[in-house]
Amino acid sequence: MSAPAKATPSAPSADAPAKRRRGRKRRPAVLITQIALAVVVVLGWELCSRNGIIDEFFFSKPSDILSRAVDWFATGSIWEHLRVTLVEAALALVIGGVLGLVIGFLLARVEFIAAVFDPYIKMLNALPRVVLAPIFLLWFGLGIWSKVAFGVTLVFFIVFFNTYQGVREVDRVVVDNARMLGAKEGQLVRHVLLPSALTWIFSSLHISVGFAIVGAVVGEYLGSSKGVGYLISQAEGTFDTTGVFTGMVVLSAVVLVVDVAVNRVERYLLRWKPVQANHIAGGQ
Amino acid sequence: MGDDGVATAIELRGVTMAYRVKGADYTAVSDVDLSVGKGRFVSVVGPTGCGKSTVLNAVAGLLTPAAGQVLVDGEPLRGLNRKAGYMFQQDGLLPWKTVLDNVAFGLQLRGVSKSERADLARDWITRVGLAGFEDAYPHQLSGGMRKRTAVAQSWIGDPEMLLMDEPFGALDVQTRQVMENELLTLWTGSEKTVLFVTHDLDEAVSLSDEVVLLSAGPASRVVGTYAVDLPRPRNLLDIRTSPEFTEIYRAIWSDLRDEVMKTYERTSEGDAVGAER
Repeated sequence: MSAPAKATPSAPSADAPAKRRRGRKRRPAVLITQIALAVVVVLGWELCSRNGIIDEFFFSKPSDILSRAVDWFATGSIWEHLRVTLVEAALALVIGGVLGLVIGFLLARVEFIAAVFDPYIKMLNALPRVVLAPIFLLWFGLGIWSKVAFGVTLVFFIVFFNTYQGVREVDRVVVDNARMLGAKEGQLVRHVLLPSALTWIFSSLHISVGFAIVGAVVGEYLGSSKGVGYLISQAEGTFDTTGVFTGMVVLSAVVLVVDVAVNRVERYLLRWKPVQANHIAGGQ
Repeated sequence: MGDDGVATAIELRGVTMAYRVKGADYTAVSDVDLSVGKGRFVSVVGPTGCGKSTVLNAVAGLLTPAAGQVLVDGEPLRGLNRKAGYMFQQDGLLPWKTVLDNVAFGLQLRGVSKSERADLARDWITRVGLAGFEDAYPHQLSGGMRKRTAVAQSWIGDPEMLLMDEPFGALDVQTRQVMENELLTLWTGSEKTVLFVTHDLDEAVSLSDEVVLLSAGPASRVVGTYAVDLPRPRNLLDIRTSPEFTEIYRAIWSDLRDEVMKTYERTSEGDAVGAER
């Protein structure tokens, strides 16, 4: 999924040039095949649809989807829905992130609390989160907050587990060294434990962001008056396959853009890390 | 030491260190007496797993003795030893801080202003030969450079005493000799007390005023204390071939060898707990 248009001129580390060279050698062939694949699939879909090989009612066709998307953006009707979905996702990410961080920290530092809450945390995490959506709709109404709450339950556990792990697995020597250099408990948290936990959280940023968006869209799908999920569910309700597909395409395009932004943020925040570790997360 | 009129900086009186390993009590060192005069360079050597690091951690205050007392400048040690800098076997650099911020870390913790600590840190970075690497992150440095950063990090706070736990153990032989030489240059005239732990007798003899030999673990004791009266300043690159060096080395080695053999026999029987802390 690497965006080939960007040859990343801002290579942060020493071994990046080597990797880029290898990448460049491979890139044209990969790029050509990628484009060819897209053309074959889209064209095949279009032709099959036009010739009645697949039922247009169930599968729509790319030209219709494109014109619908153009229509949505031209009239500007899509922006409000996108805005709502992204605001819900952002709120879920922030609230879930802060809760996960604080509670993860608490449980990692205080053995007693961890022991008490362990079974409950496991139980809540085992619960399929979708079943919570109806109850959140009842509690928080059809507005954005029921979707935010739903997203929070998804994001929380990812951040929570990563914080817990990050604080617990901090290198013993680093902690002792900081203490010998004069770090008091509070300074230890700020300079050693928190950065260690943040490392873990940042490395899981992609997953967290993905889940926040999933939370928003699924929440909207189950009951709302705005958002991309609502758009898709409306289209489905009127057997408008083109609308469903267009919603999907717009959503994936937006998620792709968000993902590139997250990549940038992550690469900046984890710039002190060895490249190999960074590469897993980096698309390019 | 006490008898030549120098005040005692570090003193261990009948120190026993024990901890639990997999539910069983394990005595690392037992009844250790040790005293380090102010401004002296003392090495602790012993076979692998004899609890050298445990002794050092007791002096640092990171571990509390099960019995006995640790005295620092004549006062019983409570909590962490605030007069000591500690160099760990694997450096404890913060991976998310640059060399500059790592070196300045101790000062930052003490609340020294940003510009002041940056100036001091730059100064130290130059002293340890890392000028130009201020903005590098630890993972970008070689093992030797990381050690230099760690040296600057522990020396910048100007601690009265330095505790070193095989600080150069992981380095290749050449880098190691260079680092030893630089450490000695840094220490000469600094009047700092150094307690240096190593399993390398060669390193111990060439650096120290005094070598303390620990017996094979578990429950190691002090086997003997040997004065190293080689003249200072020493040139470590030549010292190893001098007859005096060889003589002292041989004297300590004959005792160390016995302890090493004991450890070896125990481990080959498979009942030694080789845990070292």
